Amino acid sequence: MKIQQDIAERHVLAITVTNEAGVLAKITGLFTARGYNIESLTVADISSDHAVSRITVVTQASAAMIDQIIALLDRLVPVHRVVDLADQGPHVEREIALVKVAGTGDKRIEALRLADVFRAKVVDTTLESFVFEITGNSDKVDRFIALMRECGLVEVGRTGVVAIARGPKPL
Amino acid sequence: MTEMSGADMVVQALVDLGVDTVFGYPGGAVLPIYDALFNHPSIQHVLVRHEQAATHAAEGYARSTGKPGVVLVTSGPGATNTVTGLTDALLDSIPMIVLTGQVPTPLIGTDAFQECDTVGITRHCTKHNYLVMSPERLGPIMHEAFYIATHGRPGPVVIDIPKNVQVATAIYQSPAAVNHISYRPQVEPEADSIAAAIAMIAAAERPIFYTGGGVINAGPAASASLRELVELTGAPITSTLMGLGAFPSTHEKWLGMLGMHGTYESNMAMNRADLIIAVGARFDDRVTGRLDAFAPHSKKIHIDIDRSSINKIVPADVAIVGDAGRALDALIAEWKAQKLQPRDMGEWMRRIDGWRAARCLDFPESTEENAEIMPQRAIRSLYDATRGRDPIVTTEVGQHQMWAAQHFGFDEPNRWLTSGGLGTMGYGFPAAVGAQIANPDRLVICIAGEASIQMNIQEMSTVSQYRLPVKLFILNNEWMGMVRQWQELTYESRYSNSYSDSLPDFVKLAEAYGWTGMRLDRLDQLEDGIQTMLNTPGPVIVDCRVAKLANCFPMIPSGAAHTEMILQNSEVSGTMDDEAKALV
Repeated sequence: MKIQQDIAERHVLAITVTNEAGVLAKITGLFTARGYNIESLTVADISSDHAVSRITVVTQASAAMIDQIIALLDRLVPVHRVVDLADQGPHVEREIALVKVAGTGDKRIEALRLADVFRAKVVDTTLESFVFEITGNSDKVDRFIALMRECGLVEVGRTGVVAIARGPKPL
Repeated sequence: MTEMSGADMVVQALVDLGVDTVFGYPGGAVLPIYDALFNHPSIQHVLVRHEQAATHAAEGYARSTGKPGVVLVTSGPGATNTVTGLTDALLDSIPMIVLTGQVPTPLIGTDAFQECDTVGITRHCTKHNYLVMSPERLGPIMHEAFYIATHGRPGPVVIDIPKNVQVATAIYQSPAAVNHISYRPQVEPEADSIAAAIAMIAAAERPIFYTGGGVINAGPAASASLRELVELTGAPITSTLMGLGAFPSTHEKWLGMLGMHGTYESNMAMNRADLIIAVGARFDDRVTGRLDAFAPHSKKIHIDIDRSSINKIVPADVAIVGDAGRALDALIAEWKAQKLQPRDMGEWMRRIDGWRAARCLDFPESTEENAEIMPQRAIRSLYDATRGRDPIVTTEVGQHQMWAAQHFGFDEPNRWLTSGGLGTMGYGFPAAVGAQIANPDRLVICIAGEASIQMNIQEMSTVSQYRLPVKLFILNNEWMGMVRQWQELTYESRYSNSYSDSLPDFVKLAEAYGWTGMRLDRLDQLEDGIQTMLNTPGPVIVDCRVAKLANCFPMIPSGAAHTEMILQNSEVSGTMDDEAKALV
């Protein structure tokens, strides 16, 4: 017997929640308990009184599955709103990566040159290393990191995706 | 205002919320609350013998009254023992509040004595849960928890209260009304979906109502509305296991339960219908059978208070999110406003009568006086003997549960208490305890199997302590019958660990607890035995010895369609392919 899998598409969910203990565990637990995969997750409070947090989740799911995920998230008690940004029209996605490259000589020069092409900033340097800060969509960050592998990459930290819909309207 | 201790606040909040009964078991981390409850004038505490039983008793209390059940247990093992009951209540949408003691806040996370991560463990088996870190929060959280447990789709809520929070003092806050910032379940159905549904119902030639536990949860008025809508539209009706009693089993439009052990006429009607009106039911796998063959010719109207139930398994053509009762009332109002008349259902009902003629619930039996008792006969005799006494019936899980669902008729809601979603052996007896506590003057019968009953049999002591006249009717075939039945169907009768070996003498067990015990062996003892049970005051165990190898039919085997039912006289021994074996 073989187990069949549905065809999955990428979705970016923006979720606003009450900023209270356990809420992140409830949301991530909902994904793990039902076998849904989380590609990236970011969370920070966004209101002046720190009472509301915004969580951005990137996940792979079929159309039926994403409808179910949204309904299940929406029925969690501390969840205020769930929006599939891909469903809402065009949106902007960004993530930040800090990329540490070590080396000397030509590789070090090439790393700095490529960083300039990608508009990455140097945020720390020694005589044998750089730490670059790069901002962009995930593809751009992926490509930059892939190039740095050839130039002495030693460590990467990424924030995961934050996203917001284009245009004047709020969520 | 004067300050009070957290423990006093818990009790004051219970009083303010109208709680009259708490099922529980004391322990170190919850002693302050037990002290506050000591000789309390308005709250009865029922001491169970195992915390799991407290949760099922609370479910029985809730299911038979419509009010939330309340449980009080200690930290650590007290809390972990509630997990099965919490999950059961989550799956069957039973409103329940479980108060757990916790180690004092400075000790949380230190592996303290009787510490466990209660909110972590119960996160996925509750509708919501709380860890209360300061006494100021206790009042608002208690009120919010009851609101969440009872509004929208009902469910269990855990409040974990560290011992120092129970002892510390603060001013008790009791909100007049809970106005939750984010939890706002949709109760009122939308008018355009009601109009769309009415248009489909009025146009349908072969409609069928498929109703579930949501109608029971919506209160007795919803059951009354369901009856009115069935009369108005003339459509026949079937129901899930959880929905039994919402519609009278004696009505001509009633087809019996549907699904795996449902009637032939229900399942055939679902398969051939051109419109299915699902009300408070969630297309569970026990109902649908093989999904790609489920009700292929029909449109579906799906009424559910939980948006996530809609399109989860079966796509809905019209979705109505809201309370089942409000939705039924809105459908009735719209039907009347349009002055619609029911279509002629003659042809459709004649086809249904053709399926009824299969007499799928008949079973082979001997009428000799010394014949063995068929389990189906035992249920029918119990039903006949209790008609007019309006009994509350609970069950454990297994063959006896399905036979009870098939052969015991229910005409009113809140009389049928069974573990549907989780299928918890050990549910029925404590549920009967809870139902009897809530309804001291009613006849409460637990129909059990000899295997299931042993999962919470310690509650015999609780029954004795509170002098509850619970009648425990055990269909004893010396097998975990449903397991054995599946082994016959799927594994060529290799009976791996399904024999009930080393059974206790149930009559002597009854005597040991101060109950009345009796044993029925032959058909000619059955009716008199049941009468004796009913006429005996106080708790009674009936050890009803039934035909050992009887199986529960009709049955849709796993992986089969509604039209592929096995009837009573079919060949059942065999094996199955891996796809069918992999289904639950």
